[in-house]
Amino acid sequence: MLAAFQDRIRDAAARGAPLRLRGGGSKDFYGGALAGEVLDTRGYAGIVDYEPSELVVTARCGTPLAALEAVLAGEGQMLAFEPPHFGGAATLGGSVAAGLSGPRRACAGALRDFVLGTRLLDGRARDLAFGGRVMKNVAGYDLSRLLAGSLGVLGLILEVSLKVLPRPAAERTLRLELTEERALEALNRWAARPLPISASAWRDGQLTLRLSGAASAVRAAAEDIGGDSAAEPWAGIREHSDPWFAGEAPLWRLSVPAHAAPLGLPGAQLIEWGGALRWLRGGDPAAVRGAAARAGGHATLFRGGERAAGVFAPLAPASLRLHRELKSAFDPAGIFNPGRLHPAL
Amino acid sequence: MGEALPVARGDAARQAAVARALRAFLPARAVLWQEEDTRPYECDGLTAYRRLPMVVALPETAEQVQRVLRSCHALGVPVVPRGAGTGLSGGALPPGDGVLLSLAKFMRVLRLDPAARLAVVEPGVRNAAISDVAAPFGLYYAPDPSSQIACSIGGNVAENSGGVHCLKYGLTVHNVLRVRGYAMDGEPLDFGGEALDAPGLDLLALAIGSEGLLAVATEITVRLLPKPPAARVVMASFDDVGKAGDAVAAVIAAGIIPAGLEMMDRPATHAVEQFAGAGYDLEAAAILLCESDGMAEEVEEEVARVKEVFARAGATRLTVSRDEAERLRFWSGRKAAFPAVGRISPDYYCMDGTIPRKRLGEVLGFIAAMEQKYGLRCPNVFHAGDGNLHPLILFDANSADELRRTEAFAGEVLEKCIAVGGTITGEHGVGVEKIDQMCAQFGSAELELFHAVKRAFDPAGLLNPGKAVPTLARCAEFGRRHVHGGQLPHAALPRF
Repeated sequence: MLAAFQDRIRDAAARGAPLRLRGGGSKDFYGGALAGEVLDTRGYAGIVDYEPSELVVTARCGTPLAALEAVLAGEGQMLAFEPPHFGGAATLGGSVAAGLSGPRRACAGALRDFVLGTRLLDGRARDLAFGGRVMKNVAGYDLSRLLAGSLGVLGLILEVSLKVLPRPAAERTLRLELTEERALEALNRWAARPLPISASAWRDGQLTLRLSGAASAVRAAAEDIGGDSAAEPWAGIREHSDPWFAGEAPLWRLSVPAHAAPLGLPGAQLIEWGGALRWLRGGDPAAVRGAAARAGGHATLFRGGERAAGVFAPLAPASLRLHRELKSAFDPAGIFNPGRLHPAL
Repeated sequence: MGEALPVARGDAARQAAVARALRAFLPARAVLWQEEDTRPYECDGLTAYRRLPMVVALPETAEQVQRVLRSCHALGVPVVPRGAGTGLSGGALPPGDGVLLSLAKFMRVLRLDPAARLAVVEPGVRNAAISDVAAPFGLYYAPDPSSQIACSIGGNVAENSGGVHCLKYGLTVHNVLRVRGYAMDGEPLDFGGEALDAPGLDLLALAIGSEGLLAVATEITVRLLPKPPAARVVMASFDDVGKAGDAVAAVIAAGIIPAGLEMMDRPATHAVEQFAGAGYDLEAAAILLCESDGMAEEVEEEVARVKEVFARAGATRLTVSRDEAERLRFWSGRKAAFPAVGRISPDYYCMDGTIPRKRLGEVLGFIAAMEQKYGLRCPNVFHAGDGNLHPLILFDANSADELRRTEAFAGEVLEKCIAVGGTITGEHGVGVEKIDQMCAQFGSAELELFHAVKRAFDPAGLLNPGKAVPTLARCAEFGRRHVHGGQLPHAALPRF
């Protein structure tokens, strides 16, 4: 399988023919253009090493994310960044390339924070290993974390080592009635206190919170915060299967500082990550990007909408120059996922 | 130690030309070139390597940093950035033919925003000072390297520094939101932001831990966390090092992520106890320090579970800190381990390998065998929670034979770390110290890509040249010596 991948890459590089690296295709909707002949990674699957007491799992790129999570759950552990699957076909390699994190991100960290090591086939089909299977490792540049969220433009991620965490002993979901302004104020105030808030979602005047941790801590925090017990919306929000995400209206993802004031944009809004992630339905692209930038963040046209004008926020010239140089260091023939992360890459 | 460093200070005319170029925009006090002025900059915390810089620049503003870089770039002069100079791998070893760029004057906290839970600081701000200014708001900066009183946040960013609490709270890379600075050619760079992610490739993650080879930071934004209201330490004694290692695995297997989990073996506790009086059990073959923090309720719950796990793992003695003073006393010994060892031996060599925790017993057994083989003592302190070992080989640098044995000992241990699936450096960096071991850790294809990444940021190769990533020629030479000598030659050892 590995040799076949290498042959495909060498052949594509020789012909200058783009390759579209693809796992289960669950995130085909995300990012820029899809171009090139499909290189399907699903055949290269399986857990390579998993020792629960090490808090590290190493698996191949084609491993179904659901299968990996089931194995971890069997040992009382989890991927703490709660990567969205967006369908049953999601693979580990695709999830790392997409770099997306779910509801627990503000509390636990992002996917990139849990990447310890990677194996990669670069544009010369070289089999490279970076980082490792240990928690602390500062030998060499941290190219493993650079691959998280790279959307496959640097190479074919073959294998990933991730830090895993124990599942919390107790969880509880609360609901409070709060306006957007008051919800943001409360979320930021709570975040400055040692409360075990592991997820938050505000929409339509209602704030839902998840508390996770030791049973005593969850109980004490619930009494402190107040509100009513509520059904858990977290799986639906993580997977965008919640009815809020249904329909054809373009879906914008605004990543802003948690303390940013209400953005005042028209359209339905769902706020996660203690205020740091704001989903928006519809809206004028220039107005949305402008509001995100003024707040100190950036906007992504996540699903739908007019995508030809670019889905990600533009890069500053100095950053774009570095992106180009890095792209050519990893992929001199420019064959991997052209246009997926940026039109110029 | 095996290698005499060239004191290639360049010719006087070159030195004068560079100093003159910098004096065009820097005051006289900020451009040092006379030997008595540059001498304090000849080394960092790795004092075995010393070299006088041709010129030292001490800019005070970001614009001045940019102009230093532009001038040096135009003149083709190497630049080595330096923070507090506490690094343990020689990352700030000066260039004999270039400019040492000190960020020591960048001491300001530019913005402390308790509502946003972040601080924007200049790179020369000390690690501990950030927590000090945040403390009135109940906030702190989590990464706490042992040198936190002295080390600067700029150096922490360069090395991706850890500390004793990183299993739960992460390394520098997990706690820095944004880095602004300049490329070698003076181009302004801005990585990350106050949002939780940024568009494009994660250049922030790449910049952190790049050992000053990619860019010079002039402004760093860190996230601040709420200070846990309660913290207690469980101190456990074991009559066997292997049992202590198993107890560590058992804590993790029980689903507990302690705030800190440290191990010291008997030689280490004996060295420390004389120095710090921390109250350690001197009968024990090894002790574990396991800290729980958080809300008072959860700390009580976790402490009870930790005690139970340790008891089941065969702990011979269990003590829980009763108050904050006792908690700090338990930690005082661990934090003083290096200076304590420095008092019982003329010199020591601190290693920094990281291993999978399950191989701990095997690696400690290997180290014990090396003590016999080389006739040198080696106390061990260990960030047990994250697998980061700091074996301390005791030696006398005045004895050439002890030096030789120490270097061979260290080489075998680092090779063992790689062999069990670990790494040559967990948190101290490669610098000049472990540059040869990079040849054992990585293949030539990886090293080539590292050099290509370097060229993307610094095509002229002027920023901190010769550090962190060995040339392929150097590795070829290293491999030849390695094969012929039958042992890993170490370039040098620190003298404390």
